[in-house]
Amino acid sequence: MPSLKELKGRINSVKSTQKITKAKQMVAAAKLRRAQAAAEAGRPYATRLAAVMASLAGKVAGDSAPKLLGGTGSDQRHLLVVVNTDKGLCGGLNSNLVKAAKIKARELQAAGKTVEFYLVGKKGRAPLKREFPTLIGGGFDTSTVKTPGFAEAEAIANELIALFDAGHFDVAHLVYPTFKSALAQDPTINQLIPVPAPTNAVVLDSVVEYEPSEEEILEELLPRYVRTQLFGALLEREASEQGASMTAMDNATRNAGELIQKLTIQYNRSRQAAITTELIEIIAGAEAL
Amino acid sequence: MPLHFELVTPAKLVRSEDVHMVVVPGTEGEFGVLEGHAPFMSTIRDGAVQIFAKDGAAPEIIQVRGGFAEVNEKGLTVLAEHVEG
Repeated sequence: MPSLKELKGRINSVKSTQKITKAKQMVAAAKLRRAQAAAEAGRPYATRLAAVMASLAGKVAGDSAPKLLGGTGSDQRHLLVVVNTDKGLCGGLNSNLVKAAKIKARELQAAGKTVEFYLVGKKGRAPLKREFPTLIGGGFDTSTVKTPGFAEAEAIANELIALFDAGHFDVAHLVYPTFKSALAQDPTINQLIPVPAPTNAVVLDSVVEYEPSEEEILEELLPRYVRTQLFGALLEREASEQGASMTAMDNATRNAGELIQKLTIQYNRSRQAAITTELIEIIAGAEAL
Repeated sequence: MPLHFELVTPAKLVRSEDVHMVVVPGTEGEFGVLEGHAPFMSTIRDGAVQIFAKDGAAPEIIQVRGGFAEVNEKGLTVLAEHVEG
């Protein structure tokens, strides 16, 4: 049985923990709203670009297709671009992402392919390095800026495209969380490079003029498409991080509340017991006189 | 008849309005788009997009970088990576 003083100390320490988790929860809730708005604002660009890509890619198929669309002709070396958060305190978000990346890597390795990782964000580095110590390639640190924006997405995309042009890999996959709600963020794996050929080929009824030629436009659009994909992933990551953090911190606050209640009951009981014992001693002493 | 003009960046929808004419700095030269323009697609070089709200009015100038313009029956859409002003 802990002493009264010990119990009091524990109650106080849990209370201060609760204060921290509560503050973090409120911060995450406010940031989540902003991140969601940003994710929504980015959608028109992505949908329009995808539509243009679809109509162009349908026309420029076959041998004349640029490398970013057609691929290198081999699918031996795979690069997994894993987008993790920079900060913790967001529940199982990062471990779910790492798990999804691991499963994909194992699958590719079982099929006889070579796998390498490119890590965005800090939190995935340690667990992936433990599992695949030799396969961690490059990475991009997003922790230096407050909210990663298009400039960061551009930098990542340019590095990836440079690696692709230099022949470091044949296929790149993007692993990132998709924000569904504050409770659910699913890890998603998309093929990034070569750009997957759109399946819903849009048939334009009117004749469209191109300036310069279709091939040249497509060649310019493909890197832009990769950038948009990465930007989208960064936005989703931001919203997911805040959503997961909000839920995790809400749970933590509730648990702390329960613990405080339990400890307070225990504290009151032992105090009562001490008083009763004291009284009995006094009465017994008085009777003995 | 006005021309429906949209200027979109990855961060947000900058403009979505009906205007008289827009002059876009295409890679192979500037081109003006009026209402009823034939379907057209072009990459654009870094430069200024001039928006004429009314016929003969002074143009509003927006600097864009890294872009792409598409004209279809619905109007003109400019996709730009960076927008200033």
